[in-house]
Amino acid sequence: MNPRALIAEDEPLLAASLATELKRTWPELAIVASVGNGESAVESALALSPEVAFFDIRMPGMSGLEAARALAEDWPEDGAPFPLIVFVTAYDQYALEAFDRAAFDYVLKPVQPARLAQTCERLRQALQVRGAEASGNGGELGRVVEQLRGLLGASALAMGVPPPSGQPLQVIQAGSGNAIHMVPIGDVLYFEAADKYVRVITAVREHLIRTALRELLPMLDASHFWQIHRGTVVRADAIGSVLRDEAGKVTLTLRGRPEKLVVSRLYTHLFKAM
Amino acid sequence: MNAARATALAAPAEQRWRGFALRGLKTAIAGVGVAICLWTLTLTRGGFMTTLVYSISISLMCWLFIDGARSLAVHRRPAAEPSHHAPRGRWPGWAWMVAIVGIGAVLGYAAGNEIANQLLGLNEPGPFNSSWRQTISLLVLALVPAMTITYFFQSREVISAQRAEVERAQRQAAEQQLMLLESQLEPHMLFNTLANLRALIGVDADRAQAMLDRLIAFLRASLAGSRERFHPLADEFSRLADYLALMQIRMGPRLQMRFELPPEVAAALVPPLLLQPLVENSIKHGLEPKVAGGRIEVVARREGDVLVISVRDDGIGPGPETPSGASFGLAHVRERLATLYGARASFAFEPAGGGEGTLASVRLPFTTETAKVAP
Repeated sequence: MNPRALIAEDEPLLAASLATELKRTWPELAIVASVGNGESAVESALALSPEVAFFDIRMPGMSGLEAARALAEDWPEDGAPFPLIVFVTAYDQYALEAFDRAAFDYVLKPVQPARLAQTCERLRQALQVRGAEASGNGGELGRVVEQLRGLLGASALAMGVPPPSGQPLQVIQAGSGNAIHMVPIGDVLYFEAADKYVRVITAVREHLIRTALRELLPMLDASHFWQIHRGTVVRADAIGSVLRDEAGKVTLTLRGRPEKLVVSRLYTHLFKAM
Repeated sequence: MNAARATALAAPAEQRWRGFALRGLKTAIAGVGVAICLWTLTLTRGGFMTTLVYSISISLMCWLFIDGARSLAVHRRPAAEPSHHAPRGRWPGWAWMVAIVGIGAVLGYAAGNEIANQLLGLNEPGPFNSSWRQTISLLVLALVPAMTITYFFQSREVISAQRAEVERAQRQAAEQQLMLLESQLEPHMLFNTLANLRALIGVDADRAQAMLDRLIAFLRASLAGSRERFHPLADEFSRLADYLALMQIRMGPRLQMRFELPPEVAAALVPPLLLQPLVENSIKHGLEPKVAGGRIEVVARREGDVLVISVRDDGIGPGPETPSGASFGLAHVRERLATLYGARASFAFEPAGGGEGTLASVRLPFTTETAKVAP
């Protein structure tokens, strides 16, 4: 079967141009979808499970890196092999450093035909190796998860997240109507992203704040608050127990709350018996 | 800026000590000069060596008292008087200085005389144990060089402090200019635009050529932005149209724009690229990050003697990390208006009324003659 590719690029001309260049250098590659933002990229990739995906880094809404992370978190364990992701970027020096370290392939805009041919050759070889190794998902997904861990840590700067300045947050100020609730940080059991908002959950009630999780994260004390999923940050000493099922899926139970929290495969390494 | 000034004033301790020692050395050299003068004018008894020892010893002691007291006086003053005026070097003020030089010279003379007495085993009378006539003549001998040398050191310090201040101001202006240029010619914007042009050449060469012309006009305006002080509003709108046309090939249907330039304000004079940071801000923080994109409107109108220009977008609005006016571009617009027009111009940046987005508006004096804008 011919390999299939997905293109995620918010600038229509560049998306069309990349498709044209790919057709020229790798005629067998079928472009099955071309989308303009990170959310659609994740949806299409999950629906079509292409072998190759080209992700622009700066896209409106979810960035290319965030889309790759969401894809790695949501990709079914026993489904098709995880796509080989190539990042496309105009100029992101921090991100480039991170790619070099994490050995991800990336292409610079404007895309140079010679460089793209090189990338295509690399992709072809990787797909051949994968075909020879027979089907199975463990290898590639595991490798990608490893790389993403490094990439997400190193590229916080590249994603426009301001570096933590000064003291970690002591009180969460949650508005509701005309009132502002002052929630001491020690009362918070976990934070959960909900669209543009973040739910702040304490033992007795929950609040909604208008700050995105990625803006909130640098303001928290990383030794007390652990990210366990792209949308969940939990206070470490609020965790009661950690359960791992046969499929390797990890869930947490909390002290003082009935619900269970899912740990994404990017963060399971945080939980190991001493 | 204040922090920079503070560090400039509070020179490192090591540097202060070096300066102190250097002045001591120069004083000793001056002492040699005084000894030569006194000896050639045969104003002293004793041989040249004796005169030299007394002269050096007394001048060093005078210097130690005067310079030490001055340093102390300066050291204690900045807290009381945080001077934002012209740099005064390390000058505690005339009243202090006259007192310090007077008392310092008497004490320095007495101490220096005593040291020289001890060194040479002589017994020259000092200011406290000789006749008043002798004392006065000797004091004059000590005071004149003391005053002269103090004045010499002082004026040198004032000059070097002034020079440092001028250099600092020039450096700051250049840095500001560079920062503005960097924000306009941001690499991400440039390379993405070039990538789009490259793609466009293959698809629609005529349109690519038109876009390249726009890019050229945009680059020329950005790089030469500070050359002319004012240009007509119609030119300003053309430059914004260049920039937005470039953004539109990148964003496609996600970017919509509307210009409103009534003919009666087309010739009004405005500082070149004044509005550029406002439009850039709307694109970068409002429309580019929004999945659905949006619309930007640039509207000018005249209200009596006032020209009102507003830039409105329906993007994602000012986030918590960019509270109104905190970004460099917006601060630059505000600063520029303040420098050129003072209180006659104003700038407002707020969430747009009715739904999402931002509204930036500039109010400045309406005029079509350069002579009237330039104060």
